[in-house]
Amino acid sequence: MNSLDVKTERVEGWNRPPVIETDGEGELLEVAMGPHHPSTHGVFRMDLALDGERVVRLKPVFGYLHRNHEQIAETVSYLAMMPYTDRLDYICSLTNNWAYALAVEKLVGQEVPERAEYLRVILAELTRAQNHASTIGFLLQEMGASGTPLMYAFREREKILDLFESLTGSRMMCNYMRFGGCRVDASPAWLDAARKVVAALPAFVDEFERFLSGNEIVMARCQGVGILRPDLAVNAGVTGPMLRASGVNYDIRKVDHYGIYDRFKFRVPLGDHGDIYDRYMVRVLEIRESIGILEQALKDIPNGPVMDPKAKIRGFRPKPGEAYGRIEAPKGELGFYLISDGTPNPYRYRVRPPSLINLTVLEDMCLGSNVADVVLIFGSVDIVLGEVDR
Amino acid sequence: MLGEGILKGLAETAKNFAGSFVSKERMTTVEYPEERLPLPEASRNFPFLVYDGSDWQAGLRCVACQICEKECPPKCIYIEKSKDKKPDYVGKLQIYPTKFDIDISVCMSCQICVEVCPFEAIKMNNEFELATDNRFGGLLLDRKELAKSNEYYHQIHPTEAAEVDARLAAEKAKAEAKAKAAADAAAAKAAGAPATPTPVAKPSEGERKS
Repeated sequence: MNSLDVKTERVEGWNRPPVIETDGEGELLEVAMGPHHPSTHGVFRMDLALDGERVVRLKPVFGYLHRNHEQIAETVSYLAMMPYTDRLDYICSLTNNWAYALAVEKLVGQEVPERAEYLRVILAELTRAQNHASTIGFLLQEMGASGTPLMYAFREREKILDLFESLTGSRMMCNYMRFGGCRVDASPAWLDAARKVVAALPAFVDEFERFLSGNEIVMARCQGVGILRPDLAVNAGVTGPMLRASGVNYDIRKVDHYGIYDRFKFRVPLGDHGDIYDRYMVRVLEIRESIGILEQALKDIPNGPVMDPKAKIRGFRPKPGEAYGRIEAPKGELGFYLISDGTPNPYRYRVRPPSLINLTVLEDMCLGSNVADVVLIFGSVDIVLGEVDR
Repeated sequence: MLGEGILKGLAETAKNFAGSFVSKERMTTVEYPEERLPLPEASRNFPFLVYDGSDWQAGLRCVACQICEKECPPKCIYIEKSKDKKPDYVGKLQIYPTKFDIDISVCMSCQICVEVCPFEAIKMNNEFELATDNRFGGLLLDRKELAKSNEYYHQIHPTEAAEVDARLAAEKAKAEAKAKAAADAAAAKAAGAPATPTPVAKPSEGERKS
């Protein structure tokens, strides 16, 4: 493989970083990183072309975990698809449930009771907190801090998962939300337990920040590495903490006000460099904002039913039509697009996964950096292969 | 000062390390096989079939309506209907499953079967130590292995089981009241109109309704 090939691959008008000039001496080295590389969070392959230590080309290869998710949806009923959505992004199953429930509720014009809306917000924000905590833990693990930060993050995540288990029956595959509400009501004891966990979260974030934010090694490895410019981020459709770390103020909780997010006061943290450190910092600050939302929601949660009595469990047949429901999942915009033809199964079911679309800019962030930094940049994108491959 | 952040971070780890000897809260792990955490009441693993009374075959609540088979997302339930009928908890004659298999190597513990069941016949178990050396037959549970008594259900999900029992009792009382009202009406009709030539047939109709 000649290094000259690199230059001809650039597309005109597409805001890519400048082509990496090689000195033309020697050959490029092609390395297949993955699919069993421990840093790839599952089964993902990156075909790298290296000039010495520098990356001059990166080709992501995915599909190793393809499970026919969208096709399965066309063969099972709307309700039976709910547990499958848990398996998309298996770190945050509750936000997946919510996005799907929102799409179906839009399709049939279903109302959701007040208490159920509050429960959904509480669970979604707990999910966001535990997702960001474990993402940062994984990132630090990939940086070489083997074990300790990840264990601290998981210690906290464990408490939140225990809450999920005592409410929904399962730690990760919650399958909790239904079209028109939530499956079971939260007992006062559960809400007290949730208040206790939320009250302990700021201390954890403080500890985490004392532990890592000022660490010279973290700063040296993260600052100025893997820069994603805002114009490219917007053009590529990147969403979530990655987009906000590049300084673009776009949070679907603020834009759409889905659910009852217009009732809560919270800020959207933004970065200004778009490097790995900003992505780390945005996630830490988002945990803090989530704690704020959780405190408000746990204070105001009203009594009442959690399920619309008119909602149907058996014999659910929406009228022909289509709907797109989207939420701000911890990883970005998660959307479900449904077309109904009046039968009990969806005619078409499409997922807009944040992980896959955030991954499309991986090459642009990695060009010119060292191989060791590719692992970090990849970790800072925060993907789950279950959602990328579906 | 260069390295200050690292020292601060190391102080945090040292605090956690030393704290784990002093404070029990910092010890977040348990020695699993010897020491077990209690499962929360809502916890679920694989489904089982509930039966009333002492005989599992006579008391099985399932009426082989096959709704769970149809709704099961990974299609791990297989049911065969019976030809004859047996009375259910309100005394109505119903068919029953001659075959009810769940392949728990396929089952994804989603609880959809529990939710769609109109007869409160299938519930979630919380037993998780199910390792077996038989990969196929050992994980394919038939109706005998799936049948668990209502007492067992009360033991693992007390609140939920009490609710279900109350609901079933209310249903039974309603059915009995309806049958009684029908019988009373028939008797009143028979008493009020002695001219009708078939007073014997009326009570038997009421019995059939019960």
